[in-house]
Amino acid sequence: MEIYRAHVLCCSGTDCTASGSTQIFERFEQLIKEKGLEKEVKVISTGCFGLCKDGPIVVVYPDGTCYSHVKPEDVDEIVSEHLAKGRPVQRLIRNKETEQEAAGKTLEDNEFYRHQKRIALRNCGIIDPENIDEYLAMDGYKALEKALTKMTREEVIDEVLRSGLRGRGGGGFPTGLKWKFTYNSQADQKYVACNADEGDPGAFMDRSVLEGDPHSVLEAMAIAGYAIGASEGYIYVRAEYPIAVKRLEIAIAQAHDYGLLGKNIFGTGFDFDIKIRLGAGAFVCGEETALMRSIEGKRGEPIPRPPFPAVKGLFAKPTMLNNVETYANVAQIILKGADWFSAMGTERSKGTKVFALGGKINNTGLVEVPMGTPLRTIVYDIGGGIPNGKKFKAVQTGGPSGGCLPTELLDTPVDYDNLVEAGSMMGSGGMIIMDEDNCMVDIARFFLEFTVDESCGKCTPCRVGTRRMLEILNRIVEGKGTMEDLDKLEELAAGIKSTALCGLGQSAPNPVLSTLKYFRNEYVAHIVDHVCPAHHCRALLQYIIETSKCRGCTACMKVCPAGAIEGEVRKPHYIDPSKCIKCGACMETCVFKAIQRK
Amino acid sequence: MKSIAELEAIRQRTLLRMNLNGEDPNGDIRVVVGMATCGIAAGARPVMQGFIEEINRRGLSHVTVGQTGCIGMCRLEPMVDVYVPGSGKVTYVHMTPEKVARVVAEHIVNGRPVAEFTIGAAEENKSSDR
Ligand SMILES: Cc1cc2nc3c(=O)[nH]c(=O)nc-3n(C[C@H](O)[C@H](O)[C@H](O)COP(=O)(O)O)c2cc1C
Repeated sequence: MEIYRAHVLCCSGTDCTASGSTQIFERFEQLIKEKGLEKEVKVISTGCFGLCKDGPIVVVYPDGTCYSHVKPEDVDEIVSEHLAKGRPVQRLIRNKETEQEAAGKTLEDNEFYRHQKRIALRNCGIIDPENIDEYLAMDGYKALEKALTKMTREEVIDEVLRSGLRGRGGGGFPTGLKWKFTYNSQADQKYVACNADEGDPGAFMDRSVLEGDPHSVLEAMAIAGYAIGASEGYIYVRAEYPIAVKRLEIAIAQAHDYGLLGKNIFGTGFDFDIKIRLGAGAFVCGEETALMRSIEGKRGEPIPRPPFPAVKGLFAKPTMLNNVETYANVAQIILKGADWFSAMGTERSKGTKVFALGGKINNTGLVEVPMGTPLRTIVYDIGGGIPNGKKFKAVQTGGPSGGCLPTELLDTPVDYDNLVEAGSMMGSGGMIIMDEDNCMVDIARFFLEFTVDESCGKCTPCRVGTRRMLEILNRIVEGKGTMEDLDKLEELAAGIKSTALCGLGQSAPNPVLSTLKYFRNEYVAHIVDHVCPAHHCRALLQYIIETSKCRGCTACMKVCPAGAIEGEVRKPHYIDPSKCIKCGACMETCVFKAIQRK
Repeated sequence: MKSIAELEAIRQRTLLRMNLNGEDPNGDIRVVVGMATCGIAAGARPVMQGFIEEINRRGLSHVTVGQTGCIGMCRLEPMVDVYVPGSGKVTYVHMTPEKVARVVAEHIVNGRPVAEFTIGAAEENKSSDR
């Protein structure tokens, strides 16, 4: 096949032919021959471009310049200027604006993407995750090649250390340090492990990486294996992620096929293999010591540290566990260097972080932004603000281990340390937005209910303490709390935080503590005034018919499932509070807006 | 087992085939469907099937249908990117099997993107959606 530098496409559709495209085609052929360009430029007669009203149409590739209303005498200029000198003939270019309009804006033009910087998600939504060739095409496995053939193990660790990468699974521990500790441990066998348990409600970045770019994790695990001296890796992924599991299996098989996993990788004598272990979806199994017990086939319960996994982990051997998103950054760091990575972010949090935006926000989805991006940018510029013209109330970060941050903290640059200082934490990057209709006491109750359910029960503070806290919160949302309850909550929280065995219990009180700190007035309103300011807590709600507005149409009576509405036709109705189940159906039905919720 | 040189050859070959910026005017047109959990949950499978059937029916041998992961705008799924050599990528959102025939006829066959299904149009109508 001959390779041409440029192609000229002349439309030979009915309309363009009628307006003279045949002469244009012939003129191009003739002039190109005259100028001796026939080996460089190919003229093709094509089907209809669908731009008939602007015909005859001529399109020049590779740049894709589209000329409209071309006349045979224009061809000389196109050949001498555009094809010979590379300068498109501006006066003939088809109106760019209409073209832009037709194609709609591209994804990249979108406000949602403009503030983003995609490193961990670089290939998600672009490559076919089930085709290793497409990963390779995006410089895949080049970092592994570089590490194995051009870098010592120490150099690899140093690069990760200097990049400032910190664990994306929640704790934010410096990744390079963890690698170094495991490297320093002496043993006949070491392991690399990947935490893909992703138990935080609302977080799905790890799933997205595994579903969209599984090789990025495999490549990083192999690099880690080389660096710390391990020949085996485990990925612990929850069984609720069947697509992720399937794509991981395909990816592992393909990497084996190409010799990128297995024995003697790149002929360097380095062996590395990866196995998948399925988790049954217990939140506590995301905790590193419980996760390792679960991989071993034991009950997923945490054990006290030290010894840390870097010394004694999986099967009692030194083990290096990182989160999916942490790994997804590694190949880029090795390829582009620590300095490139550490140029992004804040003083102590480098690179980017993926957040899962959910709750009361217009653009729910996954976003990746440089560390230090203000919450406001994430919520308003990227997230598109709050739907239905409602007011922002709080953003919850860090899932059940995190906290709720109020409007006053919207300008906080998001990084590990700022979030902790504000009383929340990064966690795995779930970000749930709340508006004026969310009751903050009930939100705290919701998260605590989750930890009570998910507590493994091994240690008393977590098993019993969180349950006592939940009982208090249940009382408060029912309007039966006392002001002393608030002190009790704080006392219990302090006790649990300092004595629970693992991170689950230690962080469980956070949602309560942060809402007590920033939204104490809502607690007080429930307790003292017996009202829920957000009109959310059912026990405290009251539906009332305003007699002056009620026309007695009986619509609400018909729709009330509890038979709680009484009254005669054309006379004001009345809601019996003892029968009302507070479903709100009457309020939705009333066309006179006579029913109020208080 | 592939050598380093063989891997490099695969990289170059695949990059040309993927034609992400449309630089190869002779490449295939690629239809890429978002097939992560969010896409599939929103109905990406029948959309993908629809493209395959429509393209087979019309015998369009220069068009391939592929899949990809999540681009992050889960609320707009099912999303479909159409890469036309020489003119780059157009992103369609909220795709349905019913919309497929028009995209194939107007965009893939006749080179005219269906503006009203694109992400640009969806973003402009955002306020009226709600
Ligand atoms: C209750 C609990 C649940 C956790 N769940 C996860 C999880 O789902 N995914 C994860 O990567 N880390 C989770 N972690 C953190 C892990 O224990 C561990 O710190 C992390 O996987 C280490 O990887 P990294 O340094 O790359 O973040 C959890 C911790 C606790 C205490």
